[in-house]
Amino acid sequence: MKLAYFPGCSLKGLGRAYEESLLPVMKHLGVELVELDDWNCCGATAYMAVDEVKACVLAARNLALAEKTGQQQLMAPCAACYLVLNKAKHYFHDYPAIKKTMDHALAAIGLKYDGDTAVRHPLDVLLTDVGLEAVRQKVVRPLKGLKVAPYYGCQIVRPYATFDDQYNPTAMDKLLEALGATVVRYPLKTKCCGGSLTGTVPAAGMRMVYILLNEARKRGADCLATVCPLCQFNLDAYHAKVASQYGPVRVPTVYFTQLMGLAFGLPEKELGLNRSAIRLDWRPEPVPTPASKEAVTA
Amino acid sequence: MEIKRTIKLESDRVPGFGRDLMKVPGCEKLEGCIQCGTCSGVCPLSIYMDYTPRQVMALARADFKNEVLRSHTIWLCASCYACTVECPQEIRITDIMYELKQRALREGVYVRRFPIPVLAREFSEMVRKHGRITELVLVIRLFLKTDWLGALGNWRLGLDLMRTGRFTLWTERIRHKGDVDRMLAAIDAGNGKHP
Ligand code: SF4
Ligand code: SF4
Repeated sequence: MKLAYFPGCSLKGLGRAYEESLLPVMKHLGVELVELDDWNCCGATAYMAVDEVKACVLAARNLALAEKTGQQQLMAPCAACYLVLNKAKHYFHDYPAIKKTMDHALAAIGLKYDGDTAVRHPLDVLLTDVGLEAVRQKVVRPLKGLKVAPYYGCQIVRPYATFDDQYNPTAMDKLLEALGATVVRYPLKTKCCGGSLTGTVPAAGMRMVYILLNEARKRGADCLATVCPLCQFNLDAYHAKVASQYGPVRVPTVYFTQLMGLAFGLPEKELGLNRSAIRLDWRPEPVPTPASKEAVTA
Repeated sequence: MEIKRTIKLESDRVPGFGRDLMKVPGCEKLEGCIQCGTCSGVCPLSIYMDYTPRQVMALARADFKNEVLRSHTIWLCASCYACTVECPQEIRITDIMYELKQRALREGVYVRRFPIPVLAREFSEMVRKHGRITELVLVIRLFLKTDWLGALGNWRLGLDLMRTGRFTLWTERIRHKGDVDRMLAAIDAGNGKHP
């Protein structure tokens, strides 16, 4: 299976561990990702606050570029990109006036969007196209004994839930179970991490981060698994600040793709695990080599 | 003790504001708000807001333009869409908040030195120039414009980012640099107004 791939700014910056782990994992499963040539920023939540129509036009350039490559599907791993690209597509279909503006702006740079490109999240592709059975077959080091709190954050299921339930998503739960991990019940799975408020209004941001980390800790999670670079950053980078206000809540936060890489036995240095401030030290049992198998049977 | 009027007067209204707002794509259903307060209940940030989301909906619909555009609420909204999926009247509260932010920016009435509107502006400026965002450059510019002492307070974060190889000031940009500018110019030229 082949898809166009939209990394977005975060996966080239603070969230690079997400891309570092996503690419080898997808390759291992036979999913070919072709990075969209000359993609531009999706606009995220910040541009929407400045001008919604312009934000949609920015997103539409990427949708049009994807269409031009002949790929009908565009993978967007970042939750904010995923939402904005989807929103642009919705507005294109729902509001003729906005569609006209998009057409006009794209024509100015010699592009055209027909409204077809499907925007897909990696979780969606993994569950719908690859299938859990195929994932299970690749697991050589089951994550036995690892307790994971699945944290989806807001923007991959809201407001355009396409592949999962918007109140209680379970795609990542199922995936983590297929990897052999124990999924901890985590009712805050779709609660907002605070987004950029951690930087702009720290009093509010730190409290939101604290609530999420503390709940995971109370429920005995060894780590949180995320699907969004901003969630990962917020839950990872502010431990010192949060601890100084509320006391220690030391739980590492990793991308679900990093856990997949560990379970698939991929080389650790490919997975970007050392990019976290609070590292996950837990490792699954080593892959049984023919020699170690003999040792067991002997 | 300072005595303040706590009730709004008819003369505080800017007639037509609500009507106009409800013409914007995504904001049409505001008319049907039943003031149930579900949005305020699910909003993770309502405890910090000067007006709750429910109040903002009522004020906006009733033409209290100055109150909503000057409120902290619109800038505290993290666009998490929790309210939007819960609203029994299918009002797209998050999109209404976006629209109010845009109007506050356009009219320049937001709270000065409040970092969020500055972030929104710096962000869009960087996208226009480079087509992409380099997060740390953006954050540094933001601190310089709002609170450079606050930036010093984050030295530990900076060290962590360096240690883990995530500190980069190399500016990401697209090859067809003119593209973004030309698209935005085309929108502005299209009768100076878009829907
Ligand atoms: S949830 Fe909807 S109907 Fe209820 S107060 Fe909020 S906007 Fe109005
Ligand atoms: S989208 Fe904004 S108003 Fe709605 S619940 Fe989230 S933070 Fe509150």
